[in-house]
Amino acid sequence: MFENLSAKLDKAFKTLKGQGRISDLNIAETVKEIRKALIDADVNYKIAKQFTDTVKEKAIGQNVLKSVSPGQLMIKIVNDELVTLFGGKTEGLSNSGNPTVILMVGLQGSGKTTHTAKLANFLKKQGKTVMMAAADVYRPAAIEQLKVLGEQIDVPVYFEAENKNPVQIAINALKAAKNKDIRVLLIDTAGRLSIDEEMMQEIGNIKSAVNPHEILFVVDSMTGQDAVNTAKAFNDILDFTGVILTKLDGDTRGGAALSIKTVVNKPIKFVGTGEKVDALDVFHPDRMAQRILGMGDIVSLVEKAQQVFDEDEAALIQKKLLKDQFTFQDFYNQIQQIKKMGNIKDLVGMIPGVGKAIKDIDISDDSFKGIEAIINSMTEKERQTPDIINGSRRKRLASGSGTDIQQVNQLLKQFEEMRKMMKNMSKMQGAGRSLKGLPFMK
Amino acid sequence: MGIFNFFSKEKLDTGLEKTKLNLFGKISKALVGKSSVDDSFLDELEEILVSSDVGIETTLKIIERLQKRVATDKYIVSSELNNLLKDEITLLLEENRSEIPTDFENLKGIKPYVIMVVGVNGVGKTTTIGKLANQFKKAGKKVVLGAGDTFRAAAVAQLKIWGERNEVHVVENGMNADPASVAFDTVKYANENNIDIAIIDTAGRLHNKINLMNELSKIKRVMSKIITDAPHEILLVLDASTGQNAFEQAKQFIAATEVNALALTKLDGTAKGGVVIGVADQFKIPVKYIGVGEGIDDLQLFNKKEFVDSLFKN
Repeated sequence: MFENLSAKLDKAFKTLKGQGRISDLNIAETVKEIRKALIDADVNYKIAKQFTDTVKEKAIGQNVLKSVSPGQLMIKIVNDELVTLFGGKTEGLSNSGNPTVILMVGLQGSGKTTHTAKLANFLKKQGKTVMMAAADVYRPAAIEQLKVLGEQIDVPVYFEAENKNPVQIAINALKAAKNKDIRVLLIDTAGRLSIDEEMMQEIGNIKSAVNPHEILFVVDSMTGQDAVNTAKAFNDILDFTGVILTKLDGDTRGGAALSIKTVVNKPIKFVGTGEKVDALDVFHPDRMAQRILGMGDIVSLVEKAQQVFDEDEAALIQKKLLKDQFTFQDFYNQIQQIKKMGNIKDLVGMIPGVGKAIKDIDISDDSFKGIEAIINSMTEKERQTPDIINGSRRKRLASGSGTDIQQVNQLLKQFEEMRKMMKNMSKMQGAGRSLKGLPFMK
Repeated sequence: MGIFNFFSKEKLDTGLEKTKLNLFGKISKALVGKSSVDDSFLDELEEILVSSDVGIETTLKIIERLQKRVATDKYIVSSELNNLLKDEITLLLEENRSEIPTDFENLKGIKPYVIMVVGVNGVGKTTTIGKLANQFKKAGKKVVLGAGDTFRAAAVAQLKIWGERNEVHVVENGMNADPASVAFDTVKYANENNIDIAIIDTAGRLHNKINLMNELSKIKRVMSKIITDAPHEILLVLDASTGQNAFEQAKQFIAATEVNALALTKLDGTAKGGVVIGVADQFKIPVKYIGVGEGIDDLQLFNKKEFVDSLFKN
């Protein structure tokens, strides 16, 4: 979804590489790049500036842990800031009123009618009785469109073919909903420009007439710099309760979401992710932030690493890995540190690009037990120079550790593969850099 | 009859009023108290252009040109900066030497002239077709419309209403019909009924959906079975309030269907007509039509000079 932004941020972070501490000086270029990336992602110019200023403030003075790259530390700071901005937690729909009245508003072509139906479908699946009202009397066939969608999802549609007064239609729809004991009434309205005073007045009148419990501002995620003005104009008139961000299945970087959230401070409640009626997702601020960064769950990884990693040892291991001098002793030490960090599979799964690859592989925490026993059975020399472990040494290790020769062979093979992999990993760009200090299985 | 005979200059001015206020109002503000172009002015100009959706690349280009100009003409006072900037933006648009028609009559002698309309969801394809039909009809052309959006609920009905308003025939095979067959039938109808222009609607599709983009190629191919070089115009409709994604849309639709004309809609609503400057600069494909209002007449042929003039008019 936001690959482009994350790629750009990634590039920006690279300038921080190899810096021990984030300072005013070494962060300047990165902050500039982040800002540029955000603007390129259609985040409003001023908001991008504001955002990067906050990030900068939080970043300055932070120690760049040796176990994570400075870039990743910045990702975490940016991520935290994004999560804060997006509201921290998921917000659902109002449940009050009988019926709960939901008014759908927005510009032309943002996807109001489609999302009225998607939301109706969503609520219906929760077991609620739902009705949709067609109050877009302007766009040709808009009523027809809602009727067709209503049939598709088997939800009744209130409409008045000859009535050109949307306020009256809304009032009548509410009456009809009450009579039919409907739990949720969704009112679709015509698209309107925020500068069209007459039309804005009209939507204000609809609001006063039916007192909606939710007013959802439907906005195209591809909107540019103007998103700020539009959202503000609608909010000034309607004081809407939430936002639906549509067409997120496109490749837009979606910066408008950030702008809107900042300028009106209303929660984004749903996102549209396709043309089908069930292509509607509840908005998850944390997921969105991580998605913007496109960094898997690197953030948690950094957090955990910050908690338990011995920086100097990690640095030493990085060096060893690069020089291909990683030994069983190092491996053993690493296992002890990893065990402190928690569940292995979860941990490894957090690494971008690795998560998917190990999805079907079973890694149990117990899998360390045998390994530890085998390493414990090794002599000092064997640990330092694994190459000397020949057939008879393998037999001894097997009986000494209470395992069998296959397990010993497997460990030796895995260790060799891991060394190779780690070496490659440490050569990798970007996100892969974090892996320098972290050994993992398979 | 040239376009500017019925082209309402006032309408364009009003439509762009917001852009003017925001973009050039800000520039004037930035110019206050400046006797020459300095770094802080250029920084401010960058902010203004970028926040008008011009796009970073084009913005930097404009600034670079302005700087060069200032370097050669040493004695520039603030009152001249406005004109200078206008010159530079016009020049930038002029460089894109694409042929832009000046009226709705000239169809390059092709009959029937086939236009296929494409774009992402909600940009205003069907509405643009309705407005186009109106303009062509006014120019004395015989028009037929093809209801090729057979996917979105009631899209066929929507086009039919436009057909009724304009009193032009609409070829349709109902909802969920194969859009390629609708296109085929429309071109066939045009061929057999002495029609001047056939305009074919298609379903909105996001440019990153490969299957849907392939479908477009198929719709296009089918038409050439009746008229070898049809469609003569593949019109990509872009929403002017779209941000930088407009460039990606243009790129992908051009790749899939050899788009050769652009229409920018909703220019009356957005405060940032700037995307026009960026799109016209970055693509060799001309912006041909702009939508500047909700009325049936509010579609115009794009004219770079008029457009820039309108932006700068005080």
